[in-house]
Amino acid sequence: MTTGSAGPTKKIKVRYFAWVRERVGKAEEEIEAPAGIATIAELMAWLAGRGEAYAYAFENPKVIRAAIDRNHVRAEARIEGAGEIAFFPPMTGG
Amino acid sequence: MSVHSRAGGGPVRAIIRLQREPIAIAAEVAKLVAARNDIGAVVTFTGICRADENGAPIAALNLEHYSGMAEAEIARHVEEAYARWPLLGALVTHRYGRIKPGEDIVLVATASSHRQAAFAAAEFLMDYLKTRAPFWKQVEAADGTTWVEAKSVDDAAAERWTAPPPRRGAAK
Repeated sequence: MTTGSAGPTKKIKVRYFAWVRERVGKAEEEIEAPAGIATIAELMAWLAGRGEAYAYAFENPKVIRAAIDRNHVRAEARIEGAGEIAFFPPMTGG
Repeated sequence: MSVHSRAGGGPVRAIIRLQREPIAIAAEVAKLVAARNDIGAVVTFTGICRADENGAPIAALNLEHYSGMAEAEIARHVEEAYARWPLLGALVTHRYGRIKPGEDIVLVATASSHRQAAFAAAEFLMDYLKTRAPFWKQVEAADGTTWVEAKSVDDAAAERWTAPPPRRGAAK
């Protein structure tokens, strides 16, 4: 994907929890998403294309929740400026 | 552990603690009322690990959490509770790691001058902990491990706090 004006890609720390973590096979990593990836939903779709484990983890993105810099966000949230993005299943604490 | 105090070193506003160890409930609750005489009501809720999940026996629960976000998210909801009710103190202790049946998982305690605010705020905090605090329960059983699925009944319980409060004096 190319977008002329979005500038250079930026490294983002991505963290995975619970079964998303198990399916991806790691708890965290640094990624460099293409400049055209603007939202959480787009990032999930891009991650899903990184291999079998990711495809399995993100096969149903509607059920996966996300946080940017430790705040809950919706799938349409923009990721510009994010330092840490987390993906996880619906929460079951308490 | 994080302790949020009012400016000027006033009474402790919220005690939020995540820990692996069992919860010393009586000692925790005593902190809320220590050295004060304006509190007339303390409500405590304790969540306990059952020995079964969906009718099948379990060996333990393994609680995973998002360190940093969990404390922040709980603190946000404590502030929300302060905005809604006249609270005089709030305490949330949540365990993580391996928890066996019969052990405590979570303690929520709220203090106010009268019981209504303390009851309501405790329920509000628990409903939000269930659906918004980044914790995940994994069931450990004889035949392996499974992640607990979020329950729609918990979502519904949290949802009801987003409805506008009933107007006072509204027609019955």
